[in-house]
Amino acid sequence: MDTTKVATSNTTTAATTKKKNRVGAVAGWADDRLGLAALGKKQLRKVFPDHWSFMLGEIALWSFVVLLLTGVFLTLWFNPSMGEVAYDGSYDQLRGIEMSEAYASSLHISFDVRGGLLMRQMHHWAAMLFVASMMVHLLRVFFTGAFRKPRELNWVIGCLLLILGTLEGFTGYSLPDDLLSGTGVRAADGFIKASPVVGTYMSFLLFGGEFPGEAIIPRLFTVHVLLIPGLLLALIAAHMLLLVYHKHTQWPGPGRTEQNVVGYPMLPVYAAKAGGFFFIVFGITAMMGALLTINPVWKYGPYDPSKVTAGSQPDWYMGWPDGALRIMPGLESEIFGYTISWNVMLPILILPIVMFIILLLLPFLDAWITGDKRDHHLLERPRNAPTRTALMVALMTMYGLFWAAGGNDIIAITLHASINQITYFMRAAVIIGPIIAFFITRRWCISLQRKDNETVLHGYETGIIMRSPEGGYSEKHLPLPESKAYALTARDRDPVPNGLPSGGTDANGVPAPEGGRLAGLRHRLRTLYYADNAQKPTPEELAEGHHHAEHEHELQTGMDGHAADGHQFDGHHLVEDEHLRDPHH
Amino acid sequence: MSDHDKDEHGHELSNVPDEAVTDDLYPNPGLPEHHWRPTDVDPKAERRAERQVATLFLLSVVCTVLFVVSYFTFQVGDDWDTIGGFGASNLTLGLSLSGALLFIGIGIIQLARKLMADKEIVEYRHPSASSEADRAEALTALNTGIDESGIGRRPLVRNTMLGAVGLVGVTAIIPLWDLGPKPNQVGPGKKYDYPGAGIENTIWTAGMRVVRDVTGTPIRPADMEIGDLINGEPAGIFNGGPDGEPLEGVVLQINKSKGAVVVVRMEPDEIIPAEGRENWAVDGIICYSKICTHVGCPISLYERTTHHLLCPCHQSTFDLSDSARVVFGPAARALPQLPLGVDEEGYLIATAPFDEPVGPSYWERG
Repeated sequence: MDTTKVATSNTTTAATTKKKNRVGAVAGWADDRLGLAALGKKQLRKVFPDHWSFMLGEIALWSFVVLLLTGVFLTLWFNPSMGEVAYDGSYDQLRGIEMSEAYASSLHISFDVRGGLLMRQMHHWAAMLFVASMMVHLLRVFFTGAFRKPRELNWVIGCLLLILGTLEGFTGYSLPDDLLSGTGVRAADGFIKASPVVGTYMSFLLFGGEFPGEAIIPRLFTVHVLLIPGLLLALIAAHMLLLVYHKHTQWPGPGRTEQNVVGYPMLPVYAAKAGGFFFIVFGITAMMGALLTINPVWKYGPYDPSKVTAGSQPDWYMGWPDGALRIMPGLESEIFGYTISWNVMLPILILPIVMFIILLLLPFLDAWITGDKRDHHLLERPRNAPTRTALMVALMTMYGLFWAAGGNDIIAITLHASINQITYFMRAAVIIGPIIAFFITRRWCISLQRKDNETVLHGYETGIIMRSPEGGYSEKHLPLPESKAYALTARDRDPVPNGLPSGGTDANGVPAPEGGRLAGLRHRLRTLYYADNAQKPTPEELAEGHHHAEHEHELQTGMDGHAADGHQFDGHHLVEDEHLRDPHH
Repeated sequence: MSDHDKDEHGHELSNVPDEAVTDDLYPNPGLPEHHWRPTDVDPKAERRAERQVATLFLLSVVCTVLFVVSYFTFQVGDDWDTIGGFGASNLTLGLSLSGALLFIGIGIIQLARKLMADKEIVEYRHPSASSEADRAEALTALNTGIDESGIGRRPLVRNTMLGAVGLVGVTAIIPLWDLGPKPNQVGPGKKYDYPGAGIENTIWTAGMRVVRDVTGTPIRPADMEIGDLINGEPAGIFNGGPDGEPLEGVVLQINKSKGAVVVVRMEPDEIIPAEGRENWAVDGIICYSKICTHVGCPISLYERTTHHLLCPCHQSTFDLSDSARVVFGPAARALPQLPLGVDEEGYLIATAPFDEPVGPSYWERG
């Protein structure tokens, strides 16, 4: 390689320690005291692979930092007290009205502190971004199989971050004590009271007596600014440490294997890109805070337990349990003089916990069904795990339908439809929808697998129609470039489910090795898991495919180098001056 | 790969086919050749990129200055409608802050893309597990430690210690008991007593007037037309203090959250009276708790033709002509009804308090 042309900024020799420089002096001072050189020599040039989808988790990380920074600013003025005051700030419409100090200080931040409204809006937008990017990041990790061994524990930490982030959001938007947030707290009190046995006591303890009391805002404040952020910080640190320890996953491709990681070094490129991205996330949040109004608490007025606004809805990430609550039939039973509120307990207390446990267990369920105990560092395309992909799409569909049910009043108003019919429809849809989504996604993935195989075996479509001497028409296919063909086929063959369900015997009467009903279930699930998947071509199929292609190619010799050979599309030659037909004809 | 999992020449090693993947249809072509960028080979392009990056950083400086200027120029207040409805201060502070941050971010990323070395390098992975030798050694150490502690041989010590440590957590839980009064401590004649105290009680008493929620004025039956809905409150929240003063603070909020009612008037023959409630309405004026029996939202969306009352939170719908039974939605119980009468001065009063707890269900409700 001719490196003489390389610009002076890119040195070709390794840096040496011949000359002591200032960086070296500082590093030496620090190492004398902290002994960081051993760590630095390994980590400073640590490799991070590049792909746009690896950025989603970064959005979550950086929006959390934005939340910490803007949140500290807000605490300087926010007064988490339910003591009553008469508002006397700048906002004319509410002046003189009795309200809690929490609400009054929220108005003060919005109207009398320069940059206060900006920080409030940035804080709220960053919270939305935080939860949304965690969810999309979770989907990315699941769809690409990045949760597989050895990363299951990091999946668990990520799930905890998601649920804590959601709770953090709920406690946060309850703090201003406006009419909307107070309505949310009122509903939360109803949820707590629906807990069997301890519900009433929990409500009285949490609210310091009867709802609404004067304790809930200061208590939520402590949870919001100390308890949950502390847990989030600790878990984020653990999440990052495990990421560094495991090294990031990468997509298969030329030179990228299970044993290596290819990408840019932490210092300088990755640090610069990630650090720069922090400023971009921060800057975009600032722009949203400047241009997009969010949670205009002054429009709702102070909380009054006898008032409510139509279209009361929680922040979007709380929407799905709220939807479940809306479409739940009104069941309640009374046993031995005690009340069990199934209509509240099932959708809001049990369903989210069950869904969360399912989410936590997904990696272990996947590993149990597949029996796969190997380490995985290469990502899988979603299509190459059709059942897994379909499972998540089914869960997403269920989530989406519950979420839509949380806006059944808005849908009814927008579509001029009957809210009753929408609710009845949703009751069925949340069960049928995911099932349909599962099967469609699964077949879709398998079709895409077949399409990949087709391309590997017979090449890609050039868009050139050939006419044979007999007058038949066919589209010309050309083999994939080597690197692409390698990336497409760099995946495992699915194991052939062998063995027999428990209790079964093979043709020779030998009983299956594993026993127990569980093993039988596992066998059936594994069979279903891989059933119908398209496997990548065998070497024989590939050889035959190539042979076939060569044969075709022979028929088309004479075309090579001309516009009709199709090779202009893979850059083999240019055809600017050529014409398929004689232009003078 | 013990000693060279990380080395500067990794990119050369990567071209060695990987033995572990036996099922490859194609040989691993190895990393694609590195292409030099224009900024690597053309000093002019390099200089141009330098200028671009520096310009971006300077633009950030300009935005920071603008931020400081807008901070001192634009006042806040309730004239936040200025500049396209955004508020002058909010808009200028936000956009200049945004610019100051974005230009730094774009500048750094431009720097990384154009001017920093862009050669991908290769690092080898460690297995996440430790080596067998390390495992064995660690296990030995663990066993030695356990052995030397004698915990295994002394079950009495072990069990009492585990029990003590497990139990000591109680000291963190029990003090939470004082977070608030217990449900059975709140009520008339109990430790925590105030007007309307107790989860099963409200401030309503026999003879208490039903008043309008904002003004506190009493209601005459003649004030109401057929189809009207009045948001009512117990007169007690306006005069229920020990010396007849209005309730305030927590006690006011608690009583609003339990005492609020809706009063509606319909044709008397439209009312389907439940057994024992035949005389609970006055000339077609009927009164129910405003607090939803689902999770406690106040209800106020009334459809006068059908007499349906819809909760805006979760759309439970109650038929006010038929004892407010649930006709739709997730609520399980009818709204409690307040028996109405008229006092000597001709104002609407409650002839008795609610005969059941209002608001959301709870375990002990029965």
